[in-house]
Amino acid sequence: MNKSVRPPASLPSERAIGTGFADRGDDIGEPDFEAIQQSPEFKLLRKRLIWFIFPMSAFFLCWYMTFVLFSAYSHDFMSRKLFGAVNTGTVFGLLQFVTTMAIVLTYRRFARKKLDPQVDTIHELAGVGKE
Amino acid sequence: MTVQIAARATGSPIINLSVFFAFVVITLFVVYKATNRNSTTSDYYAAGSAFSGVQNGIALSGDFLSAASFLGISGAIAVHGYDGFLYSVGWLVAWLVALLLVGERLRNTGRFTVGDVMAFRMKQRPVRAAAANATLVITFFYMLAQMAGAGGLIALLLNVHSKGGQALIITGVGLVMVFYVLVGGMKGTTWVQIIKAGLLLICVTFMSVFLLGKFGFSLSAILDQASQNSPLGAELLNPGGWYGRNAMDQLDFVSLSLALVLGISSLPHVLMRFYTVPDAKEARRSVVWCSWSMFIFYLSILLVGYGATALVGSDKIVKAPGGENSAAPLLAFEIGGAMLLGIVSAVAFATILAVVAGLTLAASASFAHDVYANVIRNGKADPRSEIRVARLTALVIGFLAILGGIVTNGQNVAFLVSLALALAASANLPTILYTLFWKRFNTTGTLWSIYGGLVSGLVLIIFSPAISGSSTSIIKGVDFHWFPLTNPGLVSIPLSFLCGFLGTVFSKEPADPKKQAEMEVRSLTGIGSKA
Repeated sequence: MNKSVRPPASLPSERAIGTGFADRGDDIGEPDFEAIQQSPEFKLLRKRLIWFIFPMSAFFLCWYMTFVLFSAYSHDFMSRKLFGAVNTGTVFGLLQFVTTMAIVLTYRRFARKKLDPQVDTIHELAGVGKE
Repeated sequence: MTVQIAARATGSPIINLSVFFAFVVITLFVVYKATNRNSTTSDYYAAGSAFSGVQNGIALSGDFLSAASFLGISGAIAVHGYDGFLYSVGWLVAWLVALLLVGERLRNTGRFTVGDVMAFRMKQRPVRAAAANATLVITFFYMLAQMAGAGGLIALLLNVHSKGGQALIITGVGLVMVFYVLVGGMKGTTWVQIIKAGLLLICVTFMSVFLLGKFGFSLSAILDQASQNSPLGAELLNPGGWYGRNAMDQLDFVSLSLALVLGISSLPHVLMRFYTVPDAKEARRSVVWCSWSMFIFYLSILLVGYGATALVGSDKIVKAPGGENSAAPLLAFEIGGAMLLGIVSAVAFATILAVVAGLTLAASASFAHDVYANVIRNGKADPRSEIRVARLTALVIGFLAILGGIVTNGQNVAFLVSLALALAASANLPTILYTLFWKRFNTTGTLWSIYGGLVSGLVLIIFSPAISGSSTSIIKGVDFHWFPLTNPGLVSIPLSFLCGFLGTVFSKEPADPKKQAEMEVRSLTGIGSKA
């Protein structure tokens, strides 16, 4: 029903996408995206998401680059034997494996608890059923 | 002496071949059964978005457990030790980019290609053309790497040493691969990936458990034995075996690592995988599953690499046909004789086949969907002709891949892959991040960041020591290099971010707030993406 509000000869960018996605969804009508974007529920979702993913990405990038820089420039430190033939570098590398999986699991938990319910709320408010 | 080693290492070509043929026959059967003629574009490009997160996760890891990582990295660890291990860490950590930043948002926003997302709120034609250009160039580099690996593998497995004979076999491999894509589309290709990834994981897990058992479950004992069997000695376990010769080498290594961690989740054929699942939750599940299998795989590869040095010895690996890349097959022969060698080699071969099929699909989708349907026909192409164009493109790309494989036969595979990754990280990642998360980003910014990253990456590669002027360059005898690093990532990735920023700030045209709202809501919630 919002269809008619949009200018018929819209920008080429709108048109091309429109045909791309609305071919089976014509009867549903397009949700009012700008209203959803302005809603407090959506703003909360965006805030939660952004405050999780960007600091987390910054953290893992820094942590990984620390490992890389140490490996490239601090051979003595990384070559120090910790136990048997295993040196600091190898342990440092294996720690990267561990932290990576830890971040994956933390994100999964966070998304389940904080993001998915909020997405469902917005779906309900927008009147689009979740299939 | 070398001949003797070669003959011994090859095991029995007949076993190798028959295991491989069994794989091809089984997968062809599955592809044939799984496909329903690919009548719609969605079937052909995205398997009707009907795969589950688990299936897609395993297929995703399949895309990454390529010949480059299986043969290339185990070889790098076996010969260069610690520096090879660094490589594998990057491959795992890189999945966090897909998980946190790109995967779910991409699934919600796009439909078939990377161009869908990049052009969502921009002017369609120039942006789609740019996205397609980037996809084609990146895919081409990545494909070269895979096909180059095929040559070495053939030498090792079938004892075919003449360039002509190898070329003939590369052609055969290429033809089977094109057949998968034409008949199977995304669904067939995904099933091939799933089967292959499963086999590969079982193989490396088996090998590493065996190694652990043999050395009394002590990592230290394996490392110890490895360092005794390597000309590097104890230095094998320390950083610097590969990249430590001088300051430029060290910087090069940092550049490579950056390209690795940012590039993997920006590769077009990986991004396209996210469209084969029904929604963002499944996309997330697929990355989680993929991360687990990568975790297991790269831990095993660490053992396999050092184990190969411990049991086979660096010298023998380097001298074997196929060089470094032959570490894993040689270890398999040492452990399980001709039969295990046959299985491991067949899996490695299948890997090349499956990954190249995925690449061909990504490239043909990008050409047919972005260039043909949206740039040439202005979004009015009917699906039938679009698929026909996609299939034709797949044929052309398959032909180019075969040709490229014959020409690059013998290059180090992992290194070629790192160039493709640098290009992907420079051309795709900044653009995708900006368009998803930066309101003001506009068409000019998009074009600047895509072309800025792509062109700077390409130029730096052409004038790098990788192409000319060093003992390992592709073109020998001439020296026109002025850029000191073999991997351009350290320069081209930040440059692309900068270009995207400057292009947006300097252009007068404002971003379209309506489309921005639609994109943001869609990317975060998925509203509108199921229509």
